[in-house]
Amino acid sequence: MATVPALQKPTAAPASAPAARTRRGRRKYWHLYAAISPFYLLFLGFGLIPVGFSLYVSLHRWDGLGPMEWAGLSQYRYLLGDSDFWGSVGNTVVIWALATFPMVLLAMVTAVMLNSAVRFKNVYRFAYFLPNVTSVVAVAIIFGSVFSTNFGLVNALSQAVGLDQVAWLNTPWGIKVAIATLMTWQWTGYNAIIFLAGLQTIPGELYEAARMDGAGPVQTFFRITLPMMRPVLLFVLVVSTVTGLQSFSEPQVLLQTTANDSTFSGGPGHAGRTMVLYFFQQTFDNNDFGYGAAVAWGIFLVVILFSIVNWRLVQRRGED
Amino acid sequence: MATIPGTRRPRAVKGTRSRGIALHSVLIVGLLLSAFPFYWAVIMSTHTTSDIFSYPPKLLPGSHFLENARHLFDNIDFFGSMFNSLLVAGSVTFLVLFFDSLAAFVFAKFDFPGKNVLFALLMAIFMVPAQLAAIPQFVIMAKLGWIGTMTSLIVPAAANAFGIFWMRQYMKGAIHDELLDASRIDGASFLRQYWHVALPVVRPGLAFLGIFTFMGQWNDYAWPLIALTNPDNVTLQVALSQLNGTHGTTDYGMVMTGALLALVPLLIVFAVGARQIIGDLAKGAIR
Repeated sequence: MATVPALQKPTAAPASAPAARTRRGRRKYWHLYAAISPFYLLFLGFGLIPVGFSLYVSLHRWDGLGPMEWAGLSQYRYLLGDSDFWGSVGNTVVIWALATFPMVLLAMVTAVMLNSAVRFKNVYRFAYFLPNVTSVVAVAIIFGSVFSTNFGLVNALSQAVGLDQVAWLNTPWGIKVAIATLMTWQWTGYNAIIFLAGLQTIPGELYEAARMDGAGPVQTFFRITLPMMRPVLLFVLVVSTVTGLQSFSEPQVLLQTTANDSTFSGGPGHAGRTMVLYFFQQTFDNNDFGYGAAVAWGIFLVVILFSIVNWRLVQRRGED
Repeated sequence: MATIPGTRRPRAVKGTRSRGIALHSVLIVGLLLSAFPFYWAVIMSTHTTSDIFSYPPKLLPGSHFLENARHLFDNIDFFGSMFNSLLVAGSVTFLVLFFDSLAAFVFAKFDFPGKNVLFALLMAIFMVPAQLAAIPQFVIMAKLGWIGTMTSLIVPAAANAFGIFWMRQYMKGAIHDELLDASRIDGASFLRQYWHVALPVVRPGLAFLGIFTFMGQWNDYAWPLIALTNPDNVTLQVALSQLNGTHGTTDYGMVMTGALLALVPLLIVFAVGARQIIGDLAKGAIR
């Protein structure tokens, strides 16, 4: 279509040259399209088509092998009243909150301390980052032994100081605390290092001026550090919401030895069954691909809603 | 940051020093907490399971590591699954480095019709959660005959939106247009420009992406657990999880030895690339 105006004014050759020779233009660009094509082809085959297809699957009853049976919106209607699904939403949110709030607080405190400590900064950064690069499976196995009822370190410690033993991986709150502790351990250092990078971008003159005006350390933190850190805080909160609400490996590995019916059941009383665990259980244990697809879309909506709420909360505090 | 203690020092030397000691004590407690689970894994993997169950708990390493390791190698194909993990993580890293940097080069340095739309699409893909695509992916791969093989892990991961975005940001700053123009005047083809002009300049960026991709693939668990349907041919993470599921309440020393040994290759990669990865991740977050 770009050829038409170009043909109308053949005199302006240099300016309209690229538009005038579309075929040659296409030939000119083909290597660029070829260079970016692998990602888009993979995305088409393993991203876009699957996502579209999963919407289609969610409208059918299907075991993954036999014929599909049209079900309309009935599976979404069932999802709305499925107490197991909403239970898993509750579990996920409680675990996320138990992990995220201590984590963000600890990470912020650690970052502020790291920022004022001059020596060994690189040693600390290395050590604090280490938990984040280790595999969740190995770490969950290790934490399983720390929280074990019979020989776990936590119970041995509480016995030593005369407290009652807790069957951590067998009680609803014990399970959630154990999972949240694992997540906090794995992500606090990572977030502290991101906060530290943010702190280092705050100009020193700001602190200088605050000290001139006689501001104490607490006042300086709330009046300068925290406002300047809002974008980084937002980044950390959004990432931890999106990853935390889709937690799967931590509860799956931690609770697979105490689960009696399915390895996706989330432990005794399903207290550690997160949304994604429920999705895996419905789809790959029960072979209910149709309902599994509906659950996946339900999870998607919950995650989006949560991210928006998070965003709004942090933004609004910024306007005050 | 160095200005703060520097200006404070002349006023109160003593106060600064005791504050420094307090600061470092707290930071060291944090460091010990970070390191403790690794130490705990060493303790458990060097004791027999009956020692592990005894009270008071063992706090120092024991002498049964080799025995536990032998049990481990008898029970699972540890080195076979480690080979699978290396194969998957290595191939994906290689493919991602090539495809992502090539696409990033195009987005960073060239103009072509539809560029903005395609890039916006790339960013939107960031947002799609994995489980939305999981069911159809499984069905498609079953049709292709890939289920149960490492191909089902390698192919879909061969290029990703994060890497393209990351390398594009890096290349925009690192590759100077004059350099590209000069090579173009010399008659360098597109691929030649990519290989001889762009790549040598962005090596640090590639190092980060490579380490990051390798570690992510090495640790990947949810999709391999579903896609690798043959229990004798799995990646290390899935093998470990199987071990924990079947022996997790009986032979703890063995399971912990497996968990510990599985961490070793990763710790080596991290130790080599730590400076790069910590610095770059933090920079990416505050950009």
